[in-house]
Amino acid sequence: MTAVQKRVVINKIALALSTISALIALGFLFWILGVLVMKGVSALNWNIFIFEGAPPGYDESGLKHALVGQAILIGMATAIGVPVGILAGTYLSEYGKNSKLAHTIRDISDIMMSAPSIVIGAFVYAVVVMPMGHFSAWAGAIALGIIMIPIILRTTDDMLQLVPGELREAAFALGAPKYKVILSVVYRGAKAGILTGVLLGIARVGGETAPLLFTSFNDNFFTTNLNEAMPSLTVTMFNYATSPYEDWQQLGWAAAFILSMFILGLNILGRVILFAGKKRK
Amino acid sequence: MIDKIFFNFTRFSALLILIIVAWIFTVLFNHSLEAMNTFGLDFITKDEWAPNLDKFGTQAAILGSIISTFLAMLLAVPVAIGVAIFLSEIAHPKIKGLFGVSVELLAAIPSVIYGMWGLFFFVPIIRDIFGGLGIGLLAAGIILAIMILPFMAAVTRDAMNTTPDILKESAYALGGTQWDVIKDIIIPYAKAGIIGSLILALGRAIGETMAVTFVMGNVHHVPKSILDPTTSIPVTLANEFTEADSSLYFSSLFGLALTLLIMSFVVIAIAKFYFLRKARRA
Repeated sequence: MTAVQKRVVINKIALALSTISALIALGFLFWILGVLVMKGVSALNWNIFIFEGAPPGYDESGLKHALVGQAILIGMATAIGVPVGILAGTYLSEYGKNSKLAHTIRDISDIMMSAPSIVIGAFVYAVVVMPMGHFSAWAGAIALGIIMIPIILRTTDDMLQLVPGELREAAFALGAPKYKVILSVVYRGAKAGILTGVLLGIARVGGETAPLLFTSFNDNFFTTNLNEAMPSLTVTMFNYATSPYEDWQQLGWAAAFILSMFILGLNILGRVILFAGKKRK
Repeated sequence: MIDKIFFNFTRFSALLILIIVAWIFTVLFNHSLEAMNTFGLDFITKDEWAPNLDKFGTQAAILGSIISTFLAMLLAVPVAIGVAIFLSEIAHPKIKGLFGVSVELLAAIPSVIYGMWGLFFFVPIIRDIFGGLGIGLLAAGIILAIMILPFMAAVTRDAMNTTPDILKESAYALGGTQWDVIKDIIIPYAKAGIIGSLILALGRAIGETMAVTFVMGNVHHVPKSILDPTTSIPVTLANEFTEADSSLYFSSLFGLALTLLIMSFVVIAIAKFYFLRKARRA
């Protein structure tokens, strides 16, 4: 075999290995998705949306409590995380720019984005649950809100920096004060990007389980009282899946399917908005 | 006037991040003082975890975290690099787009679902092949590997894609095969970025709770083999936080949380500030 032939053969082998690893990865991931869809769809029925949690063995059991609880928790977390994240991102991009403080904040926030979410849960347990004396929806929402801030901050910072400086200068030349320039020119220019960031942030915290385990805890019944433990899809899914009862496990799969569809939907929507925004320019 | 108020609002929000992070460290530290004072170094070097005797040694949890993450990296890194090479160099542009987006979407699937799948579908397979309970380090490592794979592949691909086309084209012009270009041009060029991406995924894996809580077993013993059930820091926290009944128990759990936070902070900081920054500068 000549040197060239040898290189060609090695090339073929290497490329084949790489393709095989891609197929292995795809195989596992489709296996998981397949299980999720099969189990999830077969467990879906209208009762899930009508009834709340029931002891195992009851026909009239559903996930209404967890669906509503999840929506409340995510809504509250969004109300905490989005304003803080957007304002902080605005500071970094419009005021802090390349200052040392701005870079420090960016770095710390970047690390927080990948920090273990269960630790945030422990922190919120110490500062909210312990003083209150009991689990509450507030605690869960605060934990999710804290996790959301760095995500929103990062995308806002990036997206505002993409707005051309000339637009700002043009607005300043018309005599607009800085806050006006930011609110009506910079934000408008970065609208699609910020919205995508918010959607991705919601998708990210929507799937969080660990920080809720000992903040909002769980409840098998319908509640809208923010001062009490609040059920969520993720914790309910965890509890039902680890229970020995078949019908609870079924509900767990239904919850997993609904949650995944919600999160994938948000991710796809975010991408579509960003793409449409880019195209228009 | 309004200008000043708006400025202060934004600055306060930005500073809030620093305040929260400092606050998290302070709170966790203060709450874990009792355990640290009681046990000293024994807290991390002993594996006896007996809440009824007020004895808390976290060695099993710390080792469990390290070993399961190591196993996951061992399995996921080669596959992730393979997928990244496939995505950036081999695949047809149409497949590239579709496959690339689906990898990114899979990275968004909540980890609790990977854990559920693992418990119901993967643990029985391990049980059939290796015997024993099925739950334990091996199952946790494999499920962790599958869970971080999409994220790892996506960021590694992004790192590889930073290689300028002109470098690759020059190598092809000299008669290099695709593999020559990958190993002699792309990997050396994007080395810092690739290593940074892999370490970043490692940082995520250490702190991952839900994918492994189902399959770890939560047994506080240093395992004799990777088939034994054991525990890890996040698994212990997830299982025992709501059960703790004494202040020393709580303090030990906060100590574990602090240990985990420091471990992942250091790993992520190394990835971001050493490797990924170097990659950006290059």
